[in-house]
Amino acid sequence: MSTGPTRPVVGVLALQGDVREHVAALQAGGAEARQVRRPEELAAVDGIVLPGGESTTMAKLAARWGLLEPLRDAVRAGLPAYGSCAGMILLADRLLDAPPGQETVGGLDVTVRRNAFGRQVDSFETRVELDGLAGGPLHAVFIRAPWVEEAGPGVQVLGRVVGGPADGRIVAVRQGDVVATSFHPELTGDRRVHALFVDIVRRHLADAERGEP
Amino acid sequence: MAEHLDRMDGGTGTGTDRVKRGMAEQLKGGVIMDVVTPEQARIAEDAGAVAVMALERVPADIRAQGGIARMSDPDMVQGIIDAVSIPVMAKARIGHFVEAQVLQSLGVDYIDESEVLTPADEAHHIDKHAFTVPFVCGATDLGEALRRISEGAAMIRSKGEAGTGNVVEATRHMRALRAGIRRLATLDETELFVAAKELRAPHDLVTEVARLGKLPVVLFTAGGIATPADAAMMMQLGAEGVFVGSGIFKSGDPAQRAAAIVQATTFHDDPDVIAKVSRGLGEPMVGIDVATLPESERYATRGW
Repeated sequence: MSTGPTRPVVGVLALQGDVREHVAALQAGGAEARQVRRPEELAAVDGIVLPGGESTTMAKLAARWGLLEPLRDAVRAGLPAYGSCAGMILLADRLLDAPPGQETVGGLDVTVRRNAFGRQVDSFETRVELDGLAGGPLHAVFIRAPWVEEAGPGVQVLGRVVGGPADGRIVAVRQGDVVATSFHPELTGDRRVHALFVDIVRRHLADAERGEP
Repeated sequence: MAEHLDRMDGGTGTGTDRVKRGMAEQLKGGVIMDVVTPEQARIAEDAGAVAVMALERVPADIRAQGGIARMSDPDMVQGIIDAVSIPVMAKARIGHFVEAQVLQSLGVDYIDESEVLTPADEAHHIDKHAFTVPFVCGATDLGEALRRISEGAAMIRSKGEAGTGNVVEATRHMRALRAGIRRLATLDETELFVAAKELRAPHDLVTEVARLGKLPVVLFTAGGIATPADAAMMMQLGAEGVFVGSGIFKSGDPAQRAAAIVQATTFHDDPDVIAKVSRGLGEPMVGIDVATLPESERYATRGW
């Protein structure tokens, strides 16, 4: 399955959304990127990215085509996962402002509020400082973005909004090998978040080879 | 790839090009559905639509009833905004910048400056740079697409021939757009100056398309898509997503047809899936042979 720890195979859930941008960012970040629409494709990757897009659409398609349960099982079993925007919503254990019955993959012990920053006219770009990311603040693009309303004790907060009406809101988190951002690093030329995730996937593979959890 | 995004200046705040174009990137691979009531909007959301287009009459009814077609009643747009959590788009007449101001003030997420409504200006499209809300515009070929982008459109769709249930014009426009882009990629620097003149489009945009091999904004298809196979064909012809107007709520079983078109758009390259979702959908919309439409009733000729 894997081509070895140096160039891990990372899937991008390709049901809908900005799949192409994530594929390009992952390749630039040192991974072999593959689109995932079916359970057998999911089984062949070392990590998975849940892209930006419309979370309700992705959740329905995943459920309809038998991908939701395999995704839940894989993330629960430790498959490294990264979600941006809609992907953060899909990785959340709990949602606010979602239509009744919206399902998620889960894996992050957080409560995420959909469309928390408002409608498209409120979408914005700004700079966000991320814990553990060298090289200064990221240029972050927020599009009808969610935020993390509450994070459980095992969740590491990586970044918050500074200034403005949403000052202090949590927009980047990590729990074990699962990472999520409210914003879209794939829409900028800055590949540091994707490189960080590819590094997580690489370490996960190396640990698995040594037989460690 | 994301090269066109990298080059945008690192501006901050709302209403930037990156935020407007980036919103359309999030809609890719999805279906945007025309709805005229909050109930229809909920059916669309439940079927997996990535967004809804709020309007008073679907194009098939505008065609049948005639008269001047305008922006929808704000109460009606508001009712749909309140009914769903997915993005809501709405249409303004070509050139009617005050309708666009009203729609922005209502909080719609995208404005379609649309030939389906009766044009309000015979010479000028809306200056879309002046707005925080992003715009999608129709195009029949590459030159028209680039003129709309130079006015600030952050997303392009084929015009097709709305309200006909006939995909033939959308096919023509998608092929023309793709052929135009392919041709630019074969030209040298000197020839690109002439191409810009022939396309009646800004030279910098022409050069950008030649280098990227694609438009610098997302390209959807629209106008006459009525079946899952129509949607999948447009995706195989290079569309990045699909607008469906009259095709859903003018059909026998809208909820089922809507869900089938969503699935056929995602799995557009898998005939087994398209076959499966196309079964037992009931009656499609009746449709009109575009060849029988007099020139004056063709919406695609509106705009320039």
